[in-house]
Amino acid sequence: MDARALAALAANPGCRRRALMDAAGVDKAAVARVLGNPAPFGQSQFAFVRGHAFEARVKAEGCAELLRLLGAPESTEAVLPDLSAPGPEGRVARTRLALKEATAAGRWTLLDHPLLVLEVADSPVYLEPDAIAVRPDGSWTVVEVKSFPILDGSADAVKVGAAARQAAVYVLALERLGFGTPEHRVLLVCPKDFSNLPAAEFVDVRKQLSVTRRQLTRLTRIEEIAAALPEGTTFDLRLADDGRTATRPAAELSDAVDQLPAAYAPECLASCELSFHCREQARGCGAVEVLGRGVRGELGALTEVEQVLAAALGTEGDPDDPAVAALRRAHALRAEALGCR
Amino acid sequence: MSPVSDAARAAGTATERILHDTLHGTHRGVVVDSPPGAGKSTLVVRAAQELVAAGESLMVVAQTNAQVDDLVDRLATADPGLPIGRLHGSDSPPDPVLDRHEAVLKSAKAADLAGAKVVIATAAKWAFVKDVEPWRHAIVDEAYQMRSDALLQVAGLFERALFVGDPGQLDPFSVVGAEQWAGLSYDPSASAVVTLLAHNPGLPQHRLPVSWRLPASAAPLVSDAFYPYTPFRSGTGHGDRRLSFGVPGDGSGPDRVVDEAAASGWGLLELPARRTPRTDPEAVRAIALVVRRLLDRGGVAVSERGTAPVGPDRIAVGTAHRDQAAAVRAALADLGVTGVTVDTANRLQGREFDVTVVLHPLSGRPDATAFHLETGRLCVLASRHRHACIVVCRAGVSELLDEHPSTEPVQLGVTVKFPDGWEANHAVLAHLSEHRVTWRP
Amino acid sequence: MSLISVLARAEAMATGRATPLATARHRHLSDRPLVFVPLTTAGEVGAPLGALVGTDRDEPRLLAVPQPRDRDLRFAFLAELAQVVLPYLESYADDTETEPATRNREKSEVCADAPQIVVANTSAVEYVRLLGRSTRFRRTAEDDPDEPHPVPARVPLLGRWLTHYGERARTPGSALLLSATELLTRHWATGQSNLEDQHLGALLAWVEPPEGMTGIEAARRAESHRGPDGLLVFPPAGPATDPVFDNTVLAPAAARYDAGITGAGEEIARLLAGQMRPTWDAVWRSMDLLRELPEGAHVADRWKRDRWSYTSHRDRVRAGEPPQPRRDDAVSAAQKLAGRETAQVRLEAQEALDDPLVMAGRRLAGEAFAGRVDRVEMAMSEGKVPKPRPLVTVLTQDRPHLDEDAKLYRALPDGRTQQARFVEWAGSGAVLLRVVNGMGRGKVPDPGTVPEEGDEVCWTLFEHAPRGGAGLPEPEDTPWTHGGPPGAAAATVTADTPTAPVAVTESPDLATTEDYL
Repeated sequence: MDARALAALAANPGCRRRALMDAAGVDKAAVARVLGNPAPFGQSQFAFVRGHAFEARVKAEGCAELLRLLGAPESTEAVLPDLSAPGPEGRVARTRLALKEATAAGRWTLLDHPLLVLEVADSPVYLEPDAIAVRPDGSWTVVEVKSFPILDGSADAVKVGAAARQAAVYVLALERLGFGTPEHRVLLVCPKDFSNLPAAEFVDVRKQLSVTRRQLTRLTRIEEIAAALPEGTTFDLRLADDGRTATRPAAELSDAVDQLPAAYAPECLASCELSFHCREQARGCGAVEVLGRGVRGELGALTEVEQVLAAALGTEGDPDDPAVAALRRAHALRAEALGCR
Repeated sequence: MSPVSDAARAAGTATERILHDTLHGTHRGVVVDSPPGAGKSTLVVRAAQELVAAGESLMVVAQTNAQVDDLVDRLATADPGLPIGRLHGSDSPPDPVLDRHEAVLKSAKAADLAGAKVVIATAAKWAFVKDVEPWRHAIVDEAYQMRSDALLQVAGLFERALFVGDPGQLDPFSVVGAEQWAGLSYDPSASAVVTLLAHNPGLPQHRLPVSWRLPASAAPLVSDAFYPYTPFRSGTGHGDRRLSFGVPGDGSGPDRVVDEAAASGWGLLELPARRTPRTDPEAVRAIALVVRRLLDRGGVAVSERGTAPVGPDRIAVGTAHRDQAAAVRAALADLGVTGVTVDTANRLQGREFDVTVVLHPLSGRPDATAFHLETGRLCVLASRHRHACIVVCRAGVSELLDEHPSTEPVQLGVTVKFPDGWEANHAVLAHLSEHRVTWRP
Repeated sequence: MSLISVLARAEAMATGRATPLATARHRHLSDRPLVFVPLTTAGEVGAPLGALVGTDRDEPRLLAVPQPRDRDLRFAFLAELAQVVLPYLESYADDTETEPATRNREKSEVCADAPQIVVANTSAVEYVRLLGRSTRFRRTAEDDPDEPHPVPARVPLLGRWLTHYGERARTPGSALLLSATELLTRHWATGQSNLEDQHLGALLAWVEPPEGMTGIEAARRAESHRGPDGLLVFPPAGPATDPVFDNTVLAPAAARYDAGITGAGEEIARLLAGQMRPTWDAVWRSMDLLRELPEGAHVADRWKRDRWSYTSHRDRVRAGEPPQPRRDDAVSAAQKLAGRETAQVRLEAQEALDDPLVMAGRRLAGEAFAGRVDRVEMAMSEGKVPKPRPLVTVLTQDRPHLDEDAKLYRALPDGRTQQARFVEWAGSGAVLLRVVNGMGRGKVPDPGTVPEEGDEVCWTLFEHAPRGGAGLPEPEDTPWTHGGPPGAAAATVTADTPTAPVAVTESPDLATTEDYL
């Protein structure tokens, strides 16, 4: 699990399937492939190359551009401590030490790709922000470099929202270090307009921070979810010697996955690797959610498409239930307007 | 010094400062934040009187015809000799209640009202007034519910203005997307005050610090949940207000929740968890029963204003949706109740009652939406009462909130609005749960 | 989502085929639309990769950029695009009609028809805006002889037109720039969610599933079926490409092009054409389906507003006005918002009046009611000159949300709107109302203007022809609350120059060395 996955939990906090599999570090994409419903996600190498070129530009020449965007006085030179160390624990320790030193140093320090750790459901999740800036007053600013543009001062609000949730995870990890003061606004660095020049905006992440805290509290309930599973349930793919080919029969894996209740909604399709599998299941049960989260609001206790249609046709349902009554009227009005049936 | 006279003094000081800045300040605008029941209308009337007394020409901008009529009525009552102009639309005549004030002139044309010392109209009507000498002063009422583009239409009519409003109530909205202007200081869909302050950051900003409406049992909760950075307090202390009934309770759910609310100021009548349509028949009927019992049991309200029976005109029912209000009205009619105000949060803004009965916006819902989580909606519903507020709700809202996806888009350059709807809902729910009466109808 | 469309979706899910949401076509379709299917390069903002464009469905013009990182190739693409699009846009400029003077307007000229651009989906509409934005501030050699990287002539002009079309598309009910997904979703409900409806292939699969397949199966195939080469059989409708195509096909081909291998450029063009052609055909097929519906009665009225929009932009270009600014000033923003809000209310009213199925939704929502006239009682108004104010009782199964004294409207056969006021519920399902206008000037109502017993009538609680609000100040009169006149701040900085607020000229965008290979 990484910061993005942690932040993504907020997209569907009611989904026990996703919460448990993410917390357990299951490779959902691999599971989805074995189940025959691979996730449609992928990254174009063109985007990858451009993204890297952009980050390199932001950090070129001792991060001169980045310092300017952070509001440092002209020709400020920052300390760029070496954070390399063997293994994640070593890097976390190195980062911690560097932060301690920088906070007391009274000058600008930039931590390039530091490593932080957050305890999630009793196991460590390693987090790698693009950079952390330490100001001369000792305060810390999380820097997030993204490849979508800031065009005429505005940017894709959905992408900014996702970046803010991701950055909030870093801020939370910094808060839990137990010393120092991370700012509750982060610096979002993006290409300016159509160029590869960086532009930046500070983003207030206080709301995202409280969302993340909430999600982490919920993740402690993972044990309850796990406890409800039959003894011996596993999502192991039983990889063959090549380390890639799964030998576990799809039906068996599917049974294991289905032990975990999912809360499918079409929004999942944009963010969860298992969504095609869950959609197929939800369709199989005729759940109204497959038509959209929003449809449920009008339907009251009717949760299946069959029930909705039976209510509309008047073959089932209590006519005193306002949802049933409204569906009957809707059906009659539609039939009248369509001049048939 | 008693806390109450202390509150009165704080409120008095705030009012003096506001009036000073308005009459003698150097800035073109003064902004006043007024939490629920903090004496906004009193302030507006007083400011109008003092401006007129100082010989200034004055226009007043309100947002709805009802608000305009109410202001005219209050001002004319306070100052019966003052010539007040009520400018109205040609097909929206003023409330006949104004006929009792001889000095009130009424016309659809601004030119007819030249003799008035104060001219009052809605923003929409003011927008049609053209080619006139600008007024020296304006008072813009309910400024947080006014859209930036509406202010743009009328700001040329005055030289300087006092902007008064409640930042915690419902934000203005647009029926079409306005994202392309998000982050611009003059985003036409934003609130007028947001635009005003973005362009004039140095304007004096004041706050009325005391709610005279909300009782001591309600002010801390409403203040903490909805005004975390601009707290206020109640003008009355615990025990200053009492609600009692001539007829004792019969032990039923409605009676128990009425007793709980009478004793503590809050009551939660919790029905069994269930997904329901918006017009949940059981919840609607429960509300009607609560209202019926409030009336049947002969409620008496004791407050600093004296002792008075709680009649139908002192009770309101608040809902999130119009069809819910219609269903409650029908249920009340079935029980033979008349004269109780039943309306949506939007329409209850600015109104005051002794007891309110609220259908919780999230009751029985399968999901929370931005509409139902909007803090302003819950704030309006939870802050209309002088004595007690009874909330009727299905169990399970807490879980519903927990499962609500938090994936709001973020617009660059837009100031984050606090409090968050999620947090505010949880805060109110946690408080209500201490006054819970579970009931299976 | 309204309950009536939830029901339509549920029916679609049960029958395996999209169900109608309309019985009339609510958008104007040109006899000669220009279809534009663009592709963009992943990771490069607004960088075109290829396009199919044209007015002949059998012979689209193929444009391709073999190396998207090469700025010169990009501008060659845009110049070519301008060569196709501008002559089409300009071909409507000179055929005009004269509009007689009205109370608010002098006699004026309006183009008899207007060009219409149709794209696949809302992302493509957004892309049209982006192309407009990226090109309208560019300088040609003629604009500025010192410009180090002049763009071909007419590219900035293309940008201005695309900007105008992109901006107009935000007006509800407008049809200068349409997307196939919006057209289809307005008229049909599928058995999937509106998020999935954004995929044109899947959407079309529901509206018109192939023989022997249900909508679910066909949509699933359109979404994710891959051929033996690993590529999607129905590629995404763009402008974003399939990453698998980028990584396994396009990248190697681009490498061959970079290595100077002969024919590599043509190969890329062919590959791109293969990715775009299914979308091109789907857009045309969507229009075929729409044409099967009769045009709604008010569509021409809205199209006329589009013609005005086109004509006024033509005039701005002819008058040599500068390109649209990057961001609207306060007055323009407010003007646009007000115009769109009025257009939204007008659209909702007109669609309901033109289409009983749409009206059914409004009736279900309590915003209209239909029924039979049970009783008509003549009554007169009080006052010096009494006028007819007949009381009409309508029996209805509908449950309109009638407030005290609510205003009611109905369309008269001659197209005028008649108003009434709600009086009371005269028993269950019986609405008593008082007709207040539309009956002529006499003491006796004109024939046919008062409903008669037994007539079927439909009254709405919403206005049929909403008026816009009051006007806004001129930009130079922007008040202090909104920052004063635009450009005023800039003028004060250089206080020694004449301070008349001048239109701020927008400078071209900055670029970096990587943008020039």
